[in-house]
Amino acid sequence: MTLILPFNREEEGAHPSFLSPDYKATIKRSPHQPLIRIPQTLTEVTGPAGRWDRLMGPAIADLTKIGTGEAIGQRIIVSGRVLDEDGRPVPNTIVEVWQANAAGRYIHKRDQWNAPLDPNFTGSGRVITDEQGRYRFLTITPGAYPWGNHYNAWRPAHIHFSLLGPAFATRLVTQMYFPGDPLIPLDPIANAVPAQALPRMISRFDIETTQEAYALSFIFDIVLRGRDATPMED
Amino acid sequence: MTGQTPWQTVGPYFHYALPWKGGADLVEGKGEAGARMDLLPDGHYTLNPNDQPRGVAQGQVVTISGTVFDGDGVPIPDSFVELWQANAVGRYDSPDDGREDVALDPDFIGFGRASTDADGVFTIRTVKPGRVPGPGNSLQAPHIAISVMARGIIKRMVSRIYFADEACNAEDPILDLVPPARRATLLAVPLGAGQYRFDIRLQGEGETVFFDV
Repeated sequence: MTLILPFNREEEGAHPSFLSPDYKATIKRSPHQPLIRIPQTLTEVTGPAGRWDRLMGPAIADLTKIGTGEAIGQRIIVSGRVLDEDGRPVPNTIVEVWQANAAGRYIHKRDQWNAPLDPNFTGSGRVITDEQGRYRFLTITPGAYPWGNHYNAWRPAHIHFSLLGPAFATRLVTQMYFPGDPLIPLDPIANAVPAQALPRMISRFDIETTQEAYALSFIFDIVLRGRDATPMED
Repeated sequence: MTGQTPWQTVGPYFHYALPWKGGADLVEGKGEAGARMDLLPDGHYTLNPNDQPRGVAQGQVVTISGTVFDGDGVPIPDSFVELWQANAVGRYDSPDDGREDVALDPDFIGFGRASTDADGVFTIRTVKPGRVPGPGNSLQAPHIAISVMARGIIKRMVSRIYFADEACNAEDPILDLVPPARRATLLAVPLGAGQYRFDIRLQGEGETVFFDV
């Protein structure tokens, strides 16, 4: 037998529902049947660790110097800690990010919005958290952009974050928003999250971690599922 | 206690950030499997750009292919399937699988990502996983844990791929929790020569079973 230390389940009231009709694409892409709850087995409490380079390639922490010149836009440092629900750091886990450029345009070919591309900005990066669960990127503030969800719909400026954490059970993809953005209250994707939990996705400006005469700074701490207290035999 | 950070969709533009070249070939990591190079302008691809040479995983090679469908039965071209599985003898390449008596394979990690193509089809090349322990004294049938993500999927949809030609499915403790009429949605159908078909239906008739883990 193997000792299993299960992770907490999805927190009630913290996550969106699959069907979030104001975000129209969920209407045909959400299940009708209820989820079937299963115990966490060895499959769910394990996950890849420490072989990130071989999988995704080397880390990219500076998104502003991908091309021959510098990316256009307001330079920002985005940093924070990856923690579990008990406040313990999640070390050695991959943090993947992607975002639009300063004009709100993605490098992706399917993004056909009429805003300029920046040849010196791709907008994707990945780093590994250190022993204290810390990560840090240098990038530029992404622009807001219109999308077809409803009349005059604009996505607030955001950075996509993808985290694996220690196990299959701790997987998280989220979006980081910026404080004071007037588009946040209007956005169906952000507001698919219960109102009490939405602020958890908004970064905070931090003067202490700015780089003088170079870059502003925003802090975004991310909380993954913690461990349940009771071990199970598997 | 601190609250969990909420889930959000990956949106339509994840292809230059998440699915790396070779990410859908867990056997050798070859070529562009799993990536969508057609969606990215030249010079902006940063994932695993060097295509490092590596060994070949041990075990029975299988290819699993299928279409991801929405509630109207329309294929979804902007989704991906993320995989996690044990190696051919049933060991996870994870610090949390401490069973030293079951061998690791230095050429197998068991984590992958497979984008759907313009027709909504994903293809995974891997080795059939060995059996791993389940609750109590049970053994699980060979399976691959999957997360399906896309624009319009606001939090991942978790499922499992089992293999229809495994007799031990009948004693699998997780399949046992699924109503018999819906179990077939979790079974990859053998087509011969190591090929399997596994379609994913997000909604409606024949809806794939999704799990709360």
